[in-house]
Amino acid sequence: MKEMLLGKLDWHALPHEWFTIGGSIAFIAMGLMIVVILTWTKRWKWLWNEWLTSVDPKRIGIMYFIVGGFMLLRGGLDAIMIWLQQALSSGNSHGYLSADHFQQIFTAHGNIMVFFVAMAFIFGLINYIVPLQIGARDLASPFLNTLGFWLFVAGVIMVNMFFLLGGEYAATGWLAVAPLSGKEFSPGVGVDYWIWSLQVSGIGTTLGAINFIMTILKMRAPGMSLKKMPLFTWGSLCSMVMAATVFPLLTATLFLVFFDRFLGTHFFTTIGGGSPMLYTNLIWMWGHPEVYILMLPAFGIFSEVVSTFSRKPIASYMSAVLGMIGVSTLALLVWLHHFFTMGAGVNVNAFFGLMTMLIAIPTSVLVFNWTATMYKGRIKFETPMLWFLGFIAVFAIGGITGVMLAVPPADFQLHNSLFLVAHFHSTVIGGVLFGIFCGISYWFPKITGIKLNERIGKSAFWCWIIGFCLSFIPMYILGLMGASRRLDHYDSSTGWQPFYVIMLLGGLVIAAGVTLQIAQIIASFIQKKRLQDTTGDPWDGRTLEWSTLSPPPFYNFSIIPKVKTADAFWEMKKHDIEKQKFEDIHMPKNTATGIYISIFAFFAGFAFVWEIIWLAVLSIFGIIIVSIVRTFNEHTEYTLTAVEVQEIEEARHKKQIKISEKVSEFRDDYEMGVWDLIVYLYRFFLSFIRTKRWRTW
Amino acid sequence: MIDNKKNHSNRYLKWILVLLLVNFILLLKYLLENKNIALLNPKGFVSNEQYRLILYSVGILLAIAIPALIVLYSVAWKYRESSTKANYSPDIKHGKFFVLKLWIIPSVFIFVLAFIMIPATHKLDPRKTVESDKAPMTIQVISLRWKWLFIYPEQGIATVNYVQIPIDTPIEFQLTADEAPMSSFWIPNLGGQLYAMTSHINRLNLMAEIPGDYPGSTPEITGAGFAGMRFTVRASSDQEFESWVDEVKRMPDSLAMSEYEELIKPSENNKMAFYSAYEDKLYETVIAKYISLGGHTH
Ligand code: HEM
Ligand SMILES: [Cu+2]
Repeated sequence: MKEMLLGKLDWHALPHEWFTIGGSIAFIAMGLMIVVILTWTKRWKWLWNEWLTSVDPKRIGIMYFIVGGFMLLRGGLDAIMIWLQQALSSGNSHGYLSADHFQQIFTAHGNIMVFFVAMAFIFGLINYIVPLQIGARDLASPFLNTLGFWLFVAGVIMVNMFFLLGGEYAATGWLAVAPLSGKEFSPGVGVDYWIWSLQVSGIGTTLGAINFIMTILKMRAPGMSLKKMPLFTWGSLCSMVMAATVFPLLTATLFLVFFDRFLGTHFFTTIGGGSPMLYTNLIWMWGHPEVYILMLPAFGIFSEVVSTFSRKPIASYMSAVLGMIGVSTLALLVWLHHFFTMGAGVNVNAFFGLMTMLIAIPTSVLVFNWTATMYKGRIKFETPMLWFLGFIAVFAIGGITGVMLAVPPADFQLHNSLFLVAHFHSTVIGGVLFGIFCGISYWFPKITGIKLNERIGKSAFWCWIIGFCLSFIPMYILGLMGASRRLDHYDSSTGWQPFYVIMLLGGLVIAAGVTLQIAQIIASFIQKKRLQDTTGDPWDGRTLEWSTLSPPPFYNFSIIPKVKTADAFWEMKKHDIEKQKFEDIHMPKNTATGIYISIFAFFAGFAFVWEIIWLAVLSIFGIIIVSIVRTFNEHTEYTLTAVEVQEIEEARHKKQIKISEKVSEFRDDYEMGVWDLIVYLYRFFLSFIRTKRWRTW
Repeated sequence: MIDNKKNHSNRYLKWILVLLLVNFILLLKYLLENKNIALLNPKGFVSNEQYRLILYSVGILLAIAIPALIVLYSVAWKYRESSTKANYSPDIKHGKFFVLKLWIIPSVFIFVLAFIMIPATHKLDPRKTVESDKAPMTIQVISLRWKWLFIYPEQGIATVNYVQIPIDTPIEFQLTADEAPMSSFWIPNLGGQLYAMTSHINRLNLMAEIPGDYPGSTPEITGAGFAGMRFTVRASSDQEFESWVDEVKRMPDSLAMSEYEELIKPSENNKMAFYSAYEDKLYETVIAKYISLGGHTH
């Protein structure tokens, strides 16, 4: 009876170890705090109507950033915990974590950083910027987009759910290698949580990708042929095409793992005709393209930033586009380099080694192209440009070591060592994360109407660079010394401990960088008046997103721009734009359907984790019924008349003028540093308490 | 005033560059001199070849990367906004061959590397017996949870977490696993790794050239006891090897099927063990076990 009602769930699933109790308390406290604040300020309705049910890609983009930001902190905490264990656990000391717990932490770290941080920010940027860059008012399917976002959120909750119920996450590494992830070797619910958090969010990614491919292909402003598309949009298109190609493969693979565990089939088991090697192939056929799905939009961001800050068009637009297409095509053909050591024949290894090396060619073309773009430009070194310059150095290291790993016999020595780990952190941190930071600091004024504080931003940048060197140069050396990855303990005779300690210090410096980034955002909002962007074009931009206001109205453009060249807005600024008449605008209505489906999807996943059959069946029915109801809803759009548009525009215009007048007084204010911020917050806090301002808040 | 500040940052930059260079040189010196860096101090034929490949590939890649980085950063510095010397010409037309150059320069380097990589991949095929005057020797390796079992079919002995080999003799490690997840067999000083998995034999050929004790491990995660799944390789002269074999043959323990059944139960941080004899056809039985269970060999 209990079995039928609750499946495998019982009292033991409740938190009873320090980390699950701690995690649960943290999550519950955070939840309660949000509830209290929302109730106090009476913002529930506002939150639901304006944000949660919104189909505006700009709002969804911001929600991606917020979730991604929190997950960055969560994944970062994991990283520090990993390094602390390794710094301590030499010889007789076994650190403060059990092997099993340690393995869960690095698995969660990898999953969270790739799926819920990097993907979140990349999708956030694509959501916010791509429609603006192509001069579109909304997406091909705004509904698919919200659904994708909410499935992603369901995945985020699922990956953290084990704190509350179950007490264990997968201890298998971020790709849950078979047969280790099978029931035989991992009997607990950890791997099931892994399956369902990736499954639910992965399906969201597929839907999101399909939507963006359609949007980019179908909704560009008149005159914007593919050859005139901004490079970030190109990078995003390449990335989304790859995602739509390989994510279904992930979905299928995860289902097979699930069948093995739930139904007792033998796809990837050691016995019964199963083939763990098949799993390795399948997961990397998705896994390698996945890292490039993250990288291509970042290439796009750097291309935009270099061109804008050098005030020159990209040196060879066609090379940049072909470079990105080249990278994404080749990236589909190299997955086997992740397991040269599985014992394939020499010709197979040589072929995949060659394919992998070839990727370096289009990548170098991109770098040379950026150099040529800066040549004879007038380069402003503001934070976005700094992130670009930092990216080049770090990514060069990652690229060099990547090509070394592509030489099969060399890879036999370097595979699964800390050298490999250092390689991919060079590319993922230097390439993807710096790309995201570069993009955020570049588009922040567009998104919020406020430029970011430069002073604190620069300190944050240097913390990242120094922290990176401190962490990852020792990691390369450890790899060469023969240290393998994921060790929870090592012999003291190895002499590795000092290196692990330096790595931990580097991690703390990076943590300081992250703290500074948060401080930077706070300081920018405090000095909002000084940093206000009243023009919509703070950097003297080149592409369409800068032609509208900052932040843009919810319909993006009152008048759809006409495009003549790749640097459409740059061109427009040179020639006077003739005034055009406003027209009626069709906008999609908000919908909560995506939320409902995701709630059901979450419960379906949860039910499968705990084998609660009735709940699974019910949830799947729920998904089907909600989807059917949605397809019968024909009133998904509304019309904004030309008159209404005009009113909104005029009101906005008046407000803008008022702000500009006010703002000019603050322009010459002193820019806050970290210390000023601390003093300011301290004073603010004091006055907050003294004047009892919180009563009227 | 403004000029002053600029000079200041100029000087600043120079110091940073000097500091970087010094650090880089110190790092190189450290890497080259430290004997503790296993991959740069190879002790066997294969690891030596692999070491050379690592050096070649780094060399070729740095040969393109360092100039490319220097050019990129100097261009960025030269055309900075505050510079008065550089001229800004946004409409500059790049020469006819500009795009061609963009693509050809990196291609040349990558193809040079490919010309080294492909023959090396064939030469260092792990299945290929290393060339030597001496006759090759086979050691069968079974990866268990969480320890390594070594079987010497020619000598009739078996060991756990310890393997002794004669130098200059080509060794073929035949890797498989029993009731264990996929693991990887790696001896950094002697040469690169290969996976060990059930129902499957992977052949890793290595040869030690310098006597010594070398650590071995599984860099592939295998579950809770994974970090303790280490073994020691002793490379010694032929005589020492022979006398060691004789010694093991006089050991009290032997590995009959019942002991083996005990051994494959999961256990962590296992000590070395030596068996004077083992169940006949133990290795073949282990392989066959998975085939009868429906696994397939390749
Ligand atoms: C020139 C470009 C690159 C080359 C030639 C390259 C090559 C490789 C190779 C050969 C491996 C497998 C090594 C092994 O397992 O032994 C690898 C691993 C990896 N690379 Fe790269 N890579 C490149 C760029 C990137 C980029 C841009 C990213 C991410 C944005 C990335 C992320 C990773 C990750 C995450 C792994 C390891 C995954 C794991 O084993 O858990 N790489 N790379
Ligand atoms: Cu890869």
